[in-house]
Parts: sequence; C-alpha cells; structure tokens
Amino acid sequence: MSAKVRLDRERAHDLLRQMIRIRRFEAKCVELYQAQKIRGYLHLYDGEEAVSVGVVAVLRPEDWLVATYREHGQALARGIPMRALMAEMLGKLEGTCRGRGGSMHIFDARNRFLGGNAIVGGGLPLAVGTALADKMAGRPAITCCFFGEGAVDEGEFHECMNLAALWRLPVLFVCENNLYSMGTPLAIAEAETDIAKKARCYRMVSEAVDGMDVVAVEAAAACAVERIRAGEGPVLLECRTYRFRAHSMFDAQLYRTKEEVEAWRARDPIERFARWMTEVGLVHPDERTAIEADVDREIADATAFAEAGTLEPVEELERFVLMDEVPQERLLASAGAAR
Amino acid sequence: MSAPATTTYRECCKQAIRAALLADPRVFLMGEDVGRYGGCYAVSKGLLDEFGPERIRDTPLSESAFVGAGIGAAIAGMRPIVEIMTVNFSLLALDQILNNAATIPHMSGGQFAIPLVIRMATGGGRQLAAQHSHSLEGWYAHIPGLKILTPATLEDARFMLAPALLDPNPVLVFEHVVLYNMEGALDPKVSSVDIEKAAIRRAGRDVTLVTYGASLFKALEAAEVLAQEGIEAEVIDLRVLRPLDEATILASVRRTRRCVIVDEGWRSGSLAAEIGMRIAEQAFYELDAPLRRVCSAEVPMPYAAHLEQAALPNRERILGTVRALLRPGS
Repeated sequence: MSAKVRLDRERAHDLLRQMIRIRRFEAKCVELYQAQKIRGYLHLYDGEEAVSVGVVAVLRPEDWLVATYREHGQALARGIPMRALMAEMLGKLEGTCRGRGGSMHIFDARNRFLGGNAIVGGGLPLAVGTALADKMAGRPAITCCFFGEGAVDEGEFHECMNLAALWRLPVLFVCENNLYSMGTPLAIAEAETDIAKKARCYRMVSEAVDGMDVVAVEAAAACAVERIRAGEGPVLLECRTYRFRAHSMFDAQLYRTKEEVEAWRARDPIERFARWMTEVGLVHPDERTAIEADVDREIADATAFAEAGTLEPVEELERFVLMDEVPQERLLASAGAAR
Repeated sequence: MSAPATTTYRECCKQAIRAALLADPRVFLMGEDVGRYGGCYAVSKGLLDEFGPERIRDTPLSESAFVGAGIGAAIAGMRPIVEIMTVNFSLLALDQILNNAATIPHMSGGQFAIPLVIRMATGGGRQLAAQHSHSLEGWYAHIPGLKILTPATLEDARFMLAPALLDPNPVLVFEHVVLYNMEGALDPKVSSVDIEKAAIRRAGRDVTLVTYGASLFKALEAAEVLAQEGIEAEVIDLRVLRPLDEATILASVRRTRRCVIVDEGWRSGSLAAEIGMRIAEQAFYELDAPLRRVCSAEVPMPYAAHLEQAALPNRERILGTVRALLRPGS
C-alpha cells in the first residue's frame, strides 16, 4: 500500500501544531498530577503523537473512533475541545463525561468518540459493532479502532480480527505498538511478534508503518481508509512507536534502559517533522515558537476553565445508571446538519 | 366454541422475535447457530428463510466479540437481539456485559444508552451437568445498569421481548431450559406485558412464596398441595429480577406475614438472600415467622438424574419448608 499525502504549507503546519498541542497538553497534565489536581491513573502519550494525528487526519465526522486508555492524543486529534478534556481530567461537571470517566474513559458522542476503554482489548468488539451497524444501515461511515500491542495478547483481538474480516466490516484497526504492555516487552508475551502478519492470518490486509513519522502514518492510513470505504473490508495498520515516559505515574521503568529511551527520543516525531519542515522551508523557527505560544495560551485557558469548573452534585450519583432515552440517536440524526 | 390453539414456550419465544423483526428494521438476531441450524433450542427455526442472513446472523463461537458487537451496534442505532446459547457461555462475554454494556451509559455521563437485548438459556433439569446448567441470573442481577427478565409463562415468553427492545437499557432475558417444551394456550386477553412488575400468580393469605422462572411451577404445585392441607400460599412470580419490584413483595408479605423464597441459584450471596434482606429491613416487625429459602445445593450441577434432582429446588422441599413455618411443632 502506498499513497501520497499532499503536504502544502497549511497542512504541514496543522500536523505540527496538533502534535505539539498533544505533547504540551500532557506536560500540563503531569504538572496538575503532581499538584494532586489530577488523580487516579494518568497514561501519557508522549512520543506517540504522530500515530493519532496521522490517522485521525483521514477520518470524517461521521466515522466512529474507539480509543484506548492512553487516549488524550486520540481525543485531541479527534477534535474534542481541550476545555472539556481538561475539565474531565480534573473530575469536573464540565468535563466530557461530567467527571465520571477521568483520564482513562473519555467519551464524546458529538465526535463519535466511543471511549476511553481501559480494559485492554475491550474496545475491539465495540468497533466491530459500530461498523456492523453502519454497514447494515448502508451508511458510508467507517470505524477507527485504536489499541496497543498488549491487546494482541487478548482473545478479543483474535475474535474481532476474524469477525471483522469474515463480515468484511468497515474497520480500520490501528495497533499502537509501543513495544511494552506496561512492563512486559512484546517478545516476552508473543510467540509471533509481527502484528501485521497476525492480521494477514485472518485474511485481513495489513501493513506496518513507522509510527514516529506523521507523514508516513497519514499516508498509510489514507490508503487503508480508501480500501475500507471502497467496501474491501477491514485493514490493520501497525504503527511502530514508543512512549518516552513511564507507563503511568507509578512506574519506575526498571524494564528498559535509559539508552533505549534516548535512542527512541532521537526519533521524536515532533522534532523529526519540524526538522524536515525547516529543511524544506515549510516552517521558520519563529513560526514554531508562535505555534507553541498559541498552544500554551489554549492550555492555560483550558486549565483555567477546568479549575473554575463545578462538581457534579452528589444527588446525581445514580443518574444515568439506567437511561430513559437513547440520547446519541438524537445527536447522530442531527450530526450532519450540526457540522 | 372450539378450545384455543395450544402453543409452546419455544414457539412463543420465536413469535416474539419474529414480531420484533417485522416491526422494526433496526432489529436483528445474532448468535451461535441461530440461522442455518435454527437455534440450539430451536427457537429461531425458520427465521433465516423468512428474514435472510443479514438479520438472522450466525456468528463464530466468539461470545465476547459478538456480544460486544451487539453493544456497538446498539450504540450506533440498531436494536440487536443477541442470543447466547447457555448462561455458562455468557461468562466468556462477561467483560463486554459488565465493563461495557452496564457501564458506558453512566461512565460517559449519560451520552450513550445501550438499547440491546441479550437472550440466553438458563437453569438445570436436563442432565446437561455443570457447564450448561447453572442459574446465574441472580448474579447478573447484582450489576447496576442491567435489566434482568425471567419469563416463566407463555404470555411473558411471547410479549416481554417487545418492551425489552423498546427499553433504552441493556436487557438480559433468561429462558429456562425446562420451559421450552411447556405447552398451553396463550391467554387471548393478553397482547402485551410490562417489564416492571412482579405478578401474583396465585393469591393466598397464609404464606408468600417468592420465585421466578421454572421454579414458579414447582411453587404453584406446592401451593395446590398446601391448599388441600388448609394452607393458602400466595405465589409471586418476580418476572423482573432487576430492578426488583419490592412493593409487590412487601405488600404480599405484610398480608401473609410469612415468606419462603424459591430460587434455583446457589444460596450464598444469592438473589434469595437479597430479597430476604429487603424484607428483613422493611417488614421485620410484620413477620410471624423467620424468613426461609429453598435454593439449589451448593455444588456444581451433577449429571446423574437423581443427583441433579437432589441439587435443584423441588416441590417436596418447598412443602417441607412451608409446613415447618406454619406448624412448627409438627
């Protein structure tokens, strides 16, 4: 598979800006975590930004996105407002999920963002389902499903590879292979470490791509999505990437060497892309500084919004355990018009 | 006037699905062997010919994938009926049922409802032994976010599915395996049922028997025998295990002042325990006798018929329990 990405100046700036936005948003989250304003688990995407930014770029508003618990990047790339995202991190009513989900469980119906799934592999069946519904209803939408290489250990991965391929469902499976499921290296967990190859065993088209290269990711995703939209069934894209920081805030990282981390940092997707843009004259250092300042302003605004946010009244604790309507249908019916 | 035509519980389940498919293009049936084979318990026999493979969808033996796919499809606008062959197999999909179906509406802050129906066979009595015979519906009734239905009568088998599909929540329907062959005539006056209330299947003043599913008929038989002894038992069919219709139970117990709960689940941590505790919390001073339970023996269900029958609640154990309550000296 190969496809060209038309990278004009505006497009390149957008990709760079989005990756910087995710990186700096999470840096702020670390600060807020250390200040104990964000609690629970916090899984950082630092180093993997090119994957979400490259893949989500080829999605349409009507497509579904099923994400992982390391999903801040996926959420921001998808267009979830940073204010609502930060408010969710702080457990506020103004958050995407009224402060009920937190970092690992971001949901946003308006953006067809179906979690924030913190059971590894548990999102894949949902993606099969949304794709099945779209296919049965004759809608042109596809579903993009992110998961880590750890999910490949789960039975749900294999069940869903088979079912999606068997029913030729419009799903783009995106494996964010960062080499470690928490602290366990891929080679310790899997007899066959080539994930793209596993998908081919289910007669699914698959490709591995350099997940540190946003242009390569977008090109591969564009090509995959073209096939899927043409009704040729699901595609798996294995994005080979790396997280620069610990698995969560409670991880001493005894399972990998500093040298290994440094070697991957040399391939930082933001620096690499920015360097290339500078070389070809697409960005001037001053412009990058301006992007960063702009992003910092947005983060400051989102943080202030979240800090000023309110808490859901305890009286509403049991609200939405049982629903009295199907709220997403109203939204889905009017989505085309709203956009 | 000719007698009304008889039908079976199985046929009622099938006609319910057929009516749902005819009524709403968003409805489809998905599960293992539901299409070409006609369903493990022959519930969906013939539906593939009538509705085609898109809407009568055979699945691989991938409970987690197809239950999760039902959840995703429900979120994205369909009204799936997912069939799981047997309650024990549903444990392979427990991640999807508990961590997704029961959780996403609340965890998402009310952004997504999951209008999904999952049907499965439950219960013992057909010598299918310990991996096909358990009654885990009480276990599912522990989970907030689910509705749990246990149709016991022909009318409930025929008419519970429609309101279940209209409900915006995941609804689990437990069909007891020994009921599929039950024959009878549908009450011509009934064309719909609710999925909220327990039903008093027999009125009585001396003791309340609270039960559901196939145990209903054991309780009704026991009540017949007791009536000949001068003991009038009121028999409550719970119908809905979650949310529990506490009001009907409490009102009955306040009248009869005695209660025996008949539950095919294991006793420890059971639905019977929950019902007993609610009565104790709210009607303790109105009781004339201790609360009692008749549950399954706390063993994996054995194959041999005599052992299986010994493990299940039966009429004699219900009778013995009630007699001991009413005639403590005898």
